[in-house]
Amino acid sequence: MNRATFLLAALLVALAALPAFANSYVLSVATLILFFAYTGQAWNVMMGFAGQLSLGHSLYVGVGAYAAAGLYFHFGIGPWAGLWLAALACAALGAAIGFLAFRFGISGVYFALLTIAFAEFTRIGFDHIAALGGPGGLFLKVEQREHLDLPNLRGPPAMFYYLMLALTAAAFALCAWLLKSRVGYYWQAIRENEEAAQALGINTFRYKMVAVLVSSVMTAVAGVFVAFYYSTLFPEQIFHISRSIEIILGPIIGGLGTLFGPILGAALLTILADGITELLAALGWEFPGIKQVFYGVVLLAVVMFLPNGVWPVLARRLGLAQRSASRGAA
Amino acid sequence: MNIINPALAGVLTGLVYGLMALGLSVIFGVVRVVNFAHGEMMTIAMYAAVVLFAALGLDPFVAVLPVAIAFFAFGYVIQRTLINPFVTRPEHSQFMLLVAVAIIMVNVLLMVFGPGARSVQLDALLEPIELGPLLLDRGKFLAAGVACATAALLFAFFRFARTGKAIRACADNYLGAKVIGLDVKKLYALTFGLGSACVAVAGGMMILLVDVTPTLGPAYTLLAFVIVIVGGLGSMPGALLGGVLIGVSEALAGLFIAPSAKSMASFALLILVLLLRPQGLLGKKS
Repeated sequence: MNRATFLLAALLVALAALPAFANSYVLSVATLILFFAYTGQAWNVMMGFAGQLSLGHSLYVGVGAYAAAGLYFHFGIGPWAGLWLAALACAALGAAIGFLAFRFGISGVYFALLTIAFAEFTRIGFDHIAALGGPGGLFLKVEQREHLDLPNLRGPPAMFYYLMLALTAAAFALCAWLLKSRVGYYWQAIRENEEAAQALGINTFRYKMVAVLVSSVMTAVAGVFVAFYYSTLFPEQIFHISRSIEIILGPIIGGLGTLFGPILGAALLTILADGITELLAALGWEFPGIKQVFYGVVLLAVVMFLPNGVWPVLARRLGLAQRSASRGAA
Repeated sequence: MNIINPALAGVLTGLVYGLMALGLSVIFGVVRVVNFAHGEMMTIAMYAAVVLFAALGLDPFVAVLPVAIAFFAFGYVIQRTLINPFVTRPEHSQFMLLVAVAIIMVNVLLMVFGPGARSVQLDALLEPIELGPLLLDRGKFLAAGVACATAALLFAFFRFARTGKAIRACADNYLGAKVIGLDVKKLYALTFGLGSACVAVAGGMMILLVDVTPTLGPAYTLLAFVIVIVGGLGSMPGALLGGVLIGVSEALAGLFIAPSAKSMASFALLILVLLLRPQGLLGKKS
């Protein structure tokens, strides 16, 4: 058993044991961290592995959430069935965006803006869908929060925590496998040099599409979770560009293209944001906006001084870096 | 239904949008960095106009000059210190840097001014201008005039001034510009300063048309992107054309569909342009 596997197993055991010790506040923060670790991992498939910058991942969270919530609200169809519609809808959207962009040779900044445009377009569209509550929001009934009702995703906070933990672990395993698979190597080739990859006979269109599909379906699952965890949905919030930015901050701060980066980044950022809130409250400095200013300053510092993210540095310290490949797999 | 007057109002607002987008386009065209804090800079300029009006009674048409000069200096310094090391870094890294700057800007404004809306009301602008059957909002008309004049100055600078030509040389051929001894770093800083000054003027004029809140920034950033992509990233006339198109489409969507759907029309236009002519209406194929 090598060091990385050992650390990973230890981390998993610690996380699995957490609800036994943690109070509800710590548990909610931990759930949030896992949520961003999961969505960050999903986004990382597109940007970190295949090099396609999406700034509109809130689109998939939102559509996934609304698909499952809408089925539950109108027809009483539970989230496990709703998941399929969510995944299907997001796969279709991802395929449409990917097809349009990659067929017409849209890449880089232009591709990023196309993804923003789709997310914003959808946000305003959902504001005008009366059946899903429009701008007033969609509210799911919460009968109880005490006992476990897994088929309807109703239950205590620990249920949501374990659900998110399972999703994060599964996403990690999936990404670890993908990265070592044929597709994963194709993606990395495309990321490093698309023309060269094409010259080697890789069907870059097909594999970029695969990346978008994997990423969008993974994110759709997170959307279903959001719908049933919060039980309230507003287009203004769930599709907002700041949600997309929150999703991508984790992997970028943690380390783009690495497996641990999204998890580490999500933990650092969430703890940082909460720590700043606590600190400012303790100091009595509670002006609106001051927390985000600190957040912005820390972000600025990380981007300036750790351009490859925190994980590559940490991995070296822990003796986990196997190769000195610049953005290679960790 | 009379659609000429709303469409005309859209053209006038669109020219101010165009000037804002021109700033973004100039910066991208030369420095090759997408300024994700552009809309936030716009709102800062709007607040500057509010403050100068409230404290000194300066009319935005006068206040625009000191604000533009201050923004030029700000842009110059921020390019020199913060952004220059990022010029050669990957896009997502530049994006993160400017997102951090934008987050700080929005929230400093929130701390200083609070979440409420501010505006500047000039009594002299209430009287509309009548041109035969057409009715023009005086504020919009003058704001569009200032925007056009500023854009014309910028065009002239890039066309005729030595420094302007040098900046264009940097944009065309970075290595070549270095070889013939141009101080590329300084020219980049100048460009960022000029782009910022454009935003300052656009913000100073925009405050005559809309109320400002700290959280308006991201929406303006997006709007500037949409305009610049529609017109052609890096093309200066394209930015103005894009601005006018977006201004008109917003006005007409507000009239025919719903005021809340007006930015949907802009995004639909963006998606269309990206698919049919990804380099933008007046952009050059790269």
